[in-house]
Parts: sequence; C-alpha cells; structure tokens
Amino acid sequence: MAPGMEPILSVEELAVSFSMYDRGLRKADLAVIRSLSLDVRPGEVLGVIGSSGSGKSLLAHAIMGILPPNATVRGEVLYRGEPLTEARLRGLRGREIAFIPQSVDYLDPLMRVGRQVVGTFGTRAAQEAIFERYRLGAGVARMYPFQLSGGMARRVLFATAAVGGDVKLVVADEPTPGLGPDLAAKMMKHFREFADAGAGVLLITHDVDLALGYADRIAVFYAGATVEIATAAEFAAGGAALRHPYSRAFSDALPQNRFLPIPGSQPYAGSLPEGCPFAARCPERTEACLAGDVPMRDLRGGKVRCVHAA
Amino acid sequence: MATRRGILFVILRMLLLLFAVSVLSFVLVAMAPIDPLVAYVGPSSTLSEEAKEEIVEHWGLSDPLPARYLAWAGNILRGDFGDSITYQRPVADVIRERFLLSFVLMMLAWGLSGVLGFFLGIASGIRGGSVFDRAVKVFCLVLQSAPAFWIGLLVLSFFAVRLGWFPIGMAVPMGKLAADVTVADRIHHLVLPVLTLTVVSIGKITLYTRQKLVETMGSDFILFARARGETQGQIIRRHAIRNIALPAVTVQFASFSELFGGMTLAETVFAWPGVGSAMTAAALNGDVPLLLGTALIGALFVFFGNLIANVLYGVLDPRVREGGGYA
Repeated sequence: MAPGMEPILSVEELAVSFSMYDRGLRKADLAVIRSLSLDVRPGEVLGVIGSSGSGKSLLAHAIMGILPPNATVRGEVLYRGEPLTEARLRGLRGREIAFIPQSVDYLDPLMRVGRQVVGTFGTRAAQEAIFERYRLGAGVARMYPFQLSGGMARRVLFATAAVGGDVKLVVADEPTPGLGPDLAAKMMKHFREFADAGAGVLLITHDVDLALGYADRIAVFYAGATVEIATAAEFAAGGAALRHPYSRAFSDALPQNRFLPIPGSQPYAGSLPEGCPFAARCPERTEACLAGDVPMRDLRGGKVRCVHAA
Repeated sequence: MATRRGILFVILRMLLLLFAVSVLSFVLVAMAPIDPLVAYVGPSSTLSEEAKEEIVEHWGLSDPLPARYLAWAGNILRGDFGDSITYQRPVADVIRERFLLSFVLMMLAWGLSGVLGFFLGIASGIRGGSVFDRAVKVFCLVLQSAPAFWIGLLVLSFFAVRLGWFPIGMAVPMGKLAADVTVADRIHHLVLPVLTLTVVSIGKITLYTRQKLVETMGSDFILFARARGETQGQIIRRHAIRNIALPAVTVQFASFSELFGGMTLAETVFAWPGVGSAMTAAALNGDVPLLLGTALIGALFVFFGNLIANVLYGVLDPRVREGGGYA
C-alpha cells in the first residue's frame, strides 16, 4: 500500500436511519449506523470486522445504493475523489464497482448460471474465461443455482464481480460463511487477485482470522460507528499496538491471544447512547467520553475514535 | 419421476375422483325432492296409478339406492348416459354437441383473462402502493365478489340493450339457416359471453400476479441484480417475469373450477347453447340423467386443468425437472 495514493473509496461519517411506524401511525427514525468512516486504497484489501448488528452489511448496501426505500443516508461517500451520487452509481455498478453477496440466494433461481454471470455488461467469452480461471467446469454455466455446491456457488458469485472487466472496487459482504478453512482461504486468494490487479477490496466479514491473514488493514465497527482503523499486523499483535479500548478488548478476546471476554453487550440500534458508544463497557471511561460525538482522528498511522487514545 | 408409474398413478387418481363425484352427485340427486316419474310424464299427467307403478317397476325406482347406483354406473361404463328429459335425446349426444361451444367460450375467456390479468398484475405490482395499484386492487376485489350472472346482466344491458352493438344471446342469429351462418356471425355472438367470463375470471390472476411480483421484487436476487447495474426494466424483464410466470400459469390452470362455474352462469344469462345452460335447464326440469352427465363432465374438465398445472410445473421449473442434478 503506497502512502499518499488517492483512495478509491472514502466514506466520511456515514449515517443510516430507517423511518418506521412506531405505535400506530407515528413515524420514528431508527438510527442504525451513526458514524462510519473508512477509506479503501487501490491495491489493498480493507477488512471490516465487528459483531452482528454493528452495521457492517448496511455499509455495503449503502455503498451499492440498494438500501430499502425507507432508509435515509447522511454523510459522504466519495468514489475516486468525487461524491458517489445516485446517478453516478447507476453508471458504475456492475462495471467498476462490483458487489459480492453472502449466498447463492442472491442468484436468480430460474436463470442458468452462465447467463447470469454474463449479466447485462459481460460477454459470453469473458464469462468462459473467468469460469476457467476459477476452475468452474464447462457444465457449470448450464446449471441452475440450486445445483451448485457451496464452493461452486461462491466462485460463481466471484465470477459475477470479475466479468465486468474493469473492476476498481469490490464490496464483499460476508463472502465466506459456511465454507471450510481450505475453501475460505482459496476465496481469500481470489480477493488478493483483485487487489493485486489494482482494485480496492472492501471485505466485510465475521471471520477475524481470515481478515487478519489476507487483509492489509482492518476497520473495527462497534454499534454503528468505526472505532479504529489499524494494520492487520497491529490488530494481530493487539494490546499496546492498538488505539481503541474496544479493539484491544476484541483482540484480547481472540482464542490465539488471551481469550478474554469483556462484560456487557453492544447497545442496540435505536438506543445508541450520547457520546462514545463503547463508554458503558470501557474501563477507561471518564466524563469526557459522554460529552458528545467523538470525532475520528489520525493517530500513529492509523485512525481512532476515542478521546483518550494516545 | 418414473414416467410409467406416474401416468398409472394419474389415471388411478382420475378414476377415484370420477367414482367419488358420481357417488356424491347420485346420492344428492336421490335425496333431492325430484320425482323422476313426475319429471318424465309431467305434473298433470292422466296416467293411471297402475301404469305409473309399472313404469316405476320398469325403471327400478323402488330398488335400494346402491342397486340403482350400480345400474346407472354400469350403463355409464358402457357409454350409455341415459336420455335427457329436457331435450328428448341421449345425454351423451346433448353433451357432445354442446361441449364444443362451452369449450370455445371458456378457452377464449381463460386465455384473455390470463394474459390481460398477468400484465395488469405486473403493471400494478411495479407501482406498489400507488393510486393506480390501489385502484386495480379495488377493481379486482369488486369483480371477485360480484356474482357472474350479475356481471353478465350488466354487460348485457349496456352493450346489447343500451348500445345495441351485440346480440342479446344465443350462439348464432335467430331465424338464420345453419348453412348461412358465417364466422363473423359466430364471433359477433361470442363477444359478450367471452367478455363477461373474462371479467369474472380476471380478478384472481391479477391479484395473484401482483402479490407475487411484490414478493419477488423484495427478494435478494433482485437486490443483487440492481447492485450489478441492471435497470428496473431489465430487472423486470430478466428476473421478475421469469419468476412469476410459472406460478401464474399454474394458478390459471388450477382455476378451471371457477371457470366452469362462471361459464354455467354466463351461458344461462346469454342463452348460450353450451353445457352450462343445459346443466341449468336440467336442474330446473328435474332432468336427472342430464344433470348427472354434466356433473361428470365438469369434474373431468377440472381434473384435467389441475393435471396440466402439475405436469407443467414438472416440465417448466428446472428445480423440479432437473431436481437432484449434479450437486
């Protein structure tokens, strides 16, 4: 990762809320993502980790512009330095920006896989070349999604991202659940191939080990906010190498580290507290933590959202 | 599917169904306050009591119910449906002549309501929640709750009586020799009955398609198609229609029972000389052989509708056709 290179994607204080009916006909806004900030540079894999409900999947859907109609998005998403507007996104999706979803359910159950991978922008020849690269046999193109094995389905989903030809940003939402470690590692190698070809990869995952093994940097999410961005090496080392108390606790809780759980649980969407969302569980909490929104700041080559971090 | 076993199974099911329908309708008719003798000779007959006794004896009317059923069913199996009192001809001939007319009427209405309903459902579902969508929904619900004969009367009084565009009934012009009847005459007479039956049947398929489209548009693969840069139009053409068409076709075939019921009423309103008006006439005249005969034909028709729906699912849905597959 060359420093000073312009990021492909930068997300600045992204917030997502849903308007819902609360008690009868009163509408209420439910804030689910409060302040997500990150950037993806060309040639790197940025791993996004955090527990369920921290806003990881919504981030992917917000970038791809596929949130449900009752969602409101605030904050800024820049693609190659310019705001990623609805109109601009329409021309980029499926060509420069590719989405790799979680499961085979994202394929049309009644369309043959080959035709589906070709989509509206790819060509038959490109699809065949990609299938060969991903070791998908000649018969696979004529199969329906229900006939694919777990590993085949995953490779087909990868193929949909590669078929556009000129991919600059890959957004992957939990691409490896249910795969054995060998297969998951193979999938990660395919992500590396995207990055090595110069694309930026935003890899949203539950699997911390995989993220540490194959990502360049890690963004840690907690209760709808990015709390830290660190290199994968720093996260693996844990302790003093990290900047935020939550990432330290996260790293400590890993089996290969101290396997130490922290008490309490992540606050729910809708009941996000004022100030730092982690304050209630933080050993270093002071009055200052609750005083208002904590900004993201640069620290030791990474980023952190904590008033105390040094 | 082992095809030969499948076909045997289907035939067995059809025979069982026909047996059940025949027993049920026979028992119902036997319990109904219809005196076959009175129906035959008329209420003001001058026949002597002895002569009546003889007829009853000859017909076996005093036999126990199972024996009467077996005699009737045995005749049916030999192709003898009995004689219609209303038309003074064999029931089999009456049905054979009239079924084609009913079939033309039903198939035209079935096709029209299917195609129009499908596209109306899609147009309405795409704009889910809009004024157009809500109007279509109300329109379909009203049509679904309105009785077929009432719609028939409305159509009749407006297009045939008020505007005078179409004849008020029958299948061919009155007083014209059969040899002189043209195709245009026939079409002219078909329009209103077909229109009525189409309107009666369109609500179900429209609402179903609409509902299915709304469901499909909310699924993950539509989301993914959008994330891959497909436009709304491409999504609907490439994915939505593909996923809705199959269940819609199935529903349309499975609606043969409603179609048959609607046909009976529409034929009566328009004096259309098909099976339905014969059925109504049979019921009003206590014409037991004809009533039972048409009931069997109706059951057979509905059975074939459902059978086609099942077979189509197996042929068209890759998940059934290639089930198990390579995985």
